[in-house]
Amino acid sequence: MRKILFEGLLRHRFTERPAPVGAAPLAELAANVDRVARRRLGRSLSIRQVDAGSCNGCELEIHALNNVFYDLERFGLRFVASPRHADVLLVTGPVTKNMREALEQTYNATPNPKWVIAVGDCAVDGGLFADSYAVSGGVSATVPVDLHIRGCPPSPVQLLEGLLALLQSEETKNRA
Amino acid sequence: MASPHKTLVEGRHVKAQRPWPRVIVTSKNWNYASQELAEGRLILLGLWGDADAVHMALLNEEPFDIAVVTFEITDGTFPSVAAFHPPAIRLERTIRDLFGLEPVGLTDQRPWLDHGRWGLGHPLGSPTPARSGLEPYPFLPSEGGGFHQIPVGPVHAGIIEPGHFRFTANGETVVRLEQRLGYAHKGVESLMLGKDVNRVARLAGRISGDSTVAYATAFAHAVEAALTVKVPPRATWLRALMAELERLANHFGDFGAICNDASFSIMHAQCGMLRERILRAAAASFGHRLMMDCIVPGGVVADLSPDGAVQVRNLLTEIRDLFPKLVDLYDNTASLQDRTVTTGILTAALARQFGAGGYVGRASGRSFDARRAIAYPPYDKLKFDIPVLEEGDVNARVWIRIREIEQSLAMVEQILDQLPAGPIRVDIDPSSTAGTREGLGLVEGFRGDVLVWVRLDGAGAIARCHLRDPSWFQWPLLEAVIEGNIVADFPLCNKSFNCSYSGHDL
Repeated sequence: MRKILFEGLLRHRFTERPAPVGAAPLAELAANVDRVARRRLGRSLSIRQVDAGSCNGCELEIHALNNVFYDLERFGLRFVASPRHADVLLVTGPVTKNMREALEQTYNATPNPKWVIAVGDCAVDGGLFADSYAVSGGVSATVPVDLHIRGCPPSPVQLLEGLLALLQSEETKNRA
Repeated sequence: MASPHKTLVEGRHVKAQRPWPRVIVTSKNWNYASQELAEGRLILLGLWGDADAVHMALLNEEPFDIAVVTFEITDGTFPSVAAFHPPAIRLERTIRDLFGLEPVGLTDQRPWLDHGRWGLGHPLGSPTPARSGLEPYPFLPSEGGGFHQIPVGPVHAGIIEPGHFRFTANGETVVRLEQRLGYAHKGVESLMLGKDVNRVARLAGRISGDSTVAYATAFAHAVEAALTVKVPPRATWLRALMAELERLANHFGDFGAICNDASFSIMHAQCGMLRERILRAAAASFGHRLMMDCIVPGGVVADLSPDGAVQVRNLLTEIRDLFPKLVDLYDNTASLQDRTVTTGILTAALARQFGAGGYVGRASGRSFDARRAIAYPPYDKLKFDIPVLEEGDVNARVWIRIREIEQSLAMVEQILDQLPAGPIRVDIDPSSTAGTREGLGLVEGFRGDVLVWVRLDGAGAIARCHLRDPSWFQWPLLEAVIEGNIVADFPLCNKSFNCSYSGHDL
């Protein structure tokens, strides 16, 4: 094990520079994120991921945010185990009717101020599953959504872009 | 057994199904099949409902044969298979929930996927008003003193799919685990009805995101069998390349995550790096990191790009350099071995009874692998071994993954070396004057064998499609292996199974 750790010290870093944040997520956020709340939280956000019925594709890419290439925690963003510790709910999937109440309870258990990011095409409007008897639609049909990150599934770069937008939105708002 | 099984041939043959026969049987022969399952002479591959029938896919392992037997419903009931053969219990509860067909003899009267929230009952049969109110779900009792219950989920602590686990524990020791699933039920099979093949292929690729290649291939096999379409050789080789990349990505993810659940995060970091490399090579090769929508009935959509081929070769070099060191690290870390060895033992008898596929079955002595048994192209031309172990513990399930990674690396190399030239797709015309046609596909995903059964109507639309995830026969075994283990070892057991929620809930 010592050898592997040592190699890790000598080798070049895998971690990559993030792409600049695009205009679209910033515009959506500027309208949604309150300035006072941003000041209170600083540059640190705790994220609680909720799978409200996805196919697991989005979860795989959210997992990838923690790998050495994207290293989410360097931005002050980290995943937490309880909604009571969270600032942000990262919700995936078309919200199934069987998960709707659990999502509501998770939202209500998250302290204010809080934001909801809907991840993936299904989370926007139900996607391919929208017409089903078992699906209640996108995330915004159940809880208020501050930011949508599209994609099927969105790549870790797209996810990172959306999450960083959440941190940078205040700056943009001041400039506007 | 010398000849194909008796129930596999007796009865009215349905001409339209390919490549394996479907036979309509009497209740006597239906029960006979159930008894043969109970005796262990046949393996249950699937059990699903239809408008006026129930179908059961059966596997005869030696000599290899598959058949679907059908019981036609006349009075809304069918003889329960689960009454003889417990692996069918959840499948029959699902048939009752979705179709309203009553399995006579099934003792478990609780619903399974239907949580009373759909606003209707029996969505695939004759829809009825929803069950009145939200009745509490009665979990099975545990008798004795000093027990406490630990409810977990449906929202879990990590980045995990939704499901509920109800533990009954005596101190640290788990006395009983009962799962309640269905939270991710999206009504996929109902969404497929009447849709065209291409749209349904997209849905099939989203049954379980980690197995999108396996599902898309199984669906394509089923449709191609129904239409007797011959796929160009290059397409089958590219499908296999995608399938082995998918297997590698998932096995690396699991290997790291199992170690991480024993707080051994260095392995998680190293495996996460390799997994990311695989996904990037997949994106460079086929245009999508998980290779979604790359496989369609008739072939594949994206050809291997020259840059992709180079990246995959580089990937092989990198993995072969690092992976043996990681395996050594796993094998020589006593604190890690302490957590995985003898933890969560699945007996060979249970694995066989449930027909458990993938690493779950192969770590407990069951060697079935659709790539070998059916040898669909190009696996008839590839050289590979199927690793099998007998111990059945978490450690064995890790080692099966390690060995399968080695096999997949070898197969990827063979595919790159031998990839035939030529077209990658043929046009298919699903409409026909011949009326309905049916097909069955069985494909080895990373988790085990994925079954897809499809019926096309004369216009070429989907008249019925059923998709059975390997997890159906693995979830119940997880309940069995955790018994007598400590609560803290559940994450290890669970991750070593890595069952699909979405694939199961549909």
